[in-house]
Amino acid sequence: MSQLYAFTLGPFADMVSSPVFLVEVIVGGIAAGLMYSLVALGFVLIFKASGVFNFAQGVMVLFAALTLVGLIERGLPVVLALVLTMGVMVALAFAIERIMLRPLVNQEYIILFMATIGLNFFLEGFGEMVWGANVKKLDVGIPDTSFMVAGVQVNKLEMTAAVTAAVLVTVLAVFFQKTRIGRALRAVADDHEAALSIGIPLKTIWVVVWAVAGLVAIAAGIMWGAKSGVQFSLSLIALKALPVLILGGFTSVPGAIVGGLLIGVGEKVGEVYWGPLVGGAIENWFAYVLALSFLLFRPQGLFGEKIIERV
Amino acid sequence: MIYREAGQFKTTYASDQAIFPIVQDRVFVALALACAFAVPLAATEYWLQAILIPFLIYALAALGLNILTGYAGQLSLGTGGFMAVGAYSAFKLTTAFPEASIILVFLASGVMAAAVGLIFGIPSLRIKGFYLAVATLASQFFLIWLFNKVAWFVNYAPSGTITAPDRRVLGVIVTGPNSTAGARYLMALGFVVVFALIAKNLVRGRVGRSWMAIRDRDIAAEIIGVRPLRTKLLAFGISSFYCGVAGTELVFLFLGSAETLAFDINQSFLVLFMIVIGGLGSILGSFLGAAFIVLTPIFLTNVPHIVGLKMSVALLKQIELMIFGALIIFFLIVEPHGLARLWQITKEKLRLWPFPH
Repeated sequence: MSQLYAFTLGPFADMVSSPVFLVEVIVGGIAAGLMYSLVALGFVLIFKASGVFNFAQGVMVLFAALTLVGLIERGLPVVLALVLTMGVMVALAFAIERIMLRPLVNQEYIILFMATIGLNFFLEGFGEMVWGANVKKLDVGIPDTSFMVAGVQVNKLEMTAAVTAAVLVTVLAVFFQKTRIGRALRAVADDHEAALSIGIPLKTIWVVVWAVAGLVAIAAGIMWGAKSGVQFSLSLIALKALPVLILGGFTSVPGAIVGGLLIGVGEKVGEVYWGPLVGGAIENWFAYVLALSFLLFRPQGLFGEKIIERV
Repeated sequence: MIYREAGQFKTTYASDQAIFPIVQDRVFVALALACAFAVPLAATEYWLQAILIPFLIYALAALGLNILTGYAGQLSLGTGGFMAVGAYSAFKLTTAFPEASIILVFLASGVMAAAVGLIFGIPSLRIKGFYLAVATLASQFFLIWLFNKVAWFVNYAPSGTITAPDRRVLGVIVTGPNSTAGARYLMALGFVVVFALIAKNLVRGRVGRSWMAIRDRDIAAEIIGVRPLRTKLLAFGISSFYCGVAGTELVFLFLGSAETLAFDINQSFLVLFMIVIGGLGSILGSFLGAAFIVLTPIFLTNVPHIVGLKMSVALLKQIELMIFGALIIFFLIVEPHGLARLWQITKEKLRLWPFPH
């Protein structure tokens, strides 16, 4: 009986007994969640515009961070390094479209998914070969200090990440809804062949969307790299971003943010209050179980497009 | 010319429904099986240990995943987790009942994995496609965490690993540190041959057809009377059985001792690669894909050696990763239906040879 109490009501009692700590945990969760959202944004972009689930997004984040750090280490000023990195990611988008996407037009989605896994391995090896495998420190001038807001500690870096995410989401939402290219992107996501048949240039669209995803990857790479150094475990964030995508919906830009927040908060709260009861380290699968339970009630995620099946 | 079936008439339904109706096929398969069973007489320890045994083990796992993803259309990334269930349950069973036949232990571990697979397959009734893949990822991470956290599974060993003890079949030690590679190879081969036959007959029959119906048009299938609950859970169960036995073999016949790292997400992706490259929805494809994935890294590691190039180990690993990724993309572009399709095209051309049409 006491076990049952410890499991279900105990954590809530803990939460209520020290509300300031709870707020801090939640703020920490929001910050972590926003970092996930930045990565999830890249996924959503590519999925929204081409229906491809880009498993290599995590590695693209890593590659962007590696390139930036590598250029800064070679002595280039930060702004120039940033511009060059953007150029590299656009060139990468061109290469991916030419070599990988064009021959696989209108193949089943699982084939494209596997191709992105292949791309994942390729970029991992390539990045390691060109820039080396050491952990690198990324310094873009944002201090990793905290300040107090209404009695709760807030980290400057995490605030910057939050602001960046907010700006990115607004820009991307406007891009998709209001511009011609945004409409074309959505058309391509619906049906490649139909889009081709009404004259939308698939090749250009794909290069655009992968380039934009690459730029988002740079932003995510900077935030993650500044927080925990540029190292190869960064490519594993892709796996963490998946529950975010499920919660928010694969095709929704605001969904990526909301999903990220929910997953971040849920994970932190779960780890802090329920973790000790089951031995800790539940962060690995808690997010997935959370997303899974959501899926059972709302298969398309919070903001995703309703799945309409035709027989 | 030589691959024609002219003159081969079937006089019974049974012979018409054979798996290999053409006599040339039957001869070829019989020869291949004879060679396979005779391999331990001629092969070196390296070939058996590093190439053939993992090939057989991964072929079994690929068969399991192919049943689930290739035939029933349920994309699953939880293969590593189910393999782990098999391995750990076999370890617990054989340490608890040392006199039980190891073959029974293997089968029982498969049943345990099947039970777990059934539980984690329940979401498939509501969730489809990529979402289901992520749901299976949940099972993968959860199972690995479970085996890491709960020390009961490793019999409270401080090292956290499970080790295969010496066990005999018909007086010959087939698992554990004192077994020979030849004995382990024959054990793996026996299991694979029997289970491949079972799988082939499953997919040719009513069960397989119901799986393919669900894969192709699940709503329409439900309308014509294929029960989605039963069909999908059956697919999950049987697939997990195969993966569980494969996981058991991985520890007992190949690695000798393992921790959860041997069953992590990379394993799931590896087996998924095998079935996609080998051919989704094809029994032969599972074997071809497993052979490809097992042989490619060995090939890539040895080629610079043979050619005489000197490279650092790290650089070699990176190039290996790059080539591996590039090969996967290349294969998907050239033949998205996999090696099995290439083999089918070869056979069709062989039937006409030397005539053009």
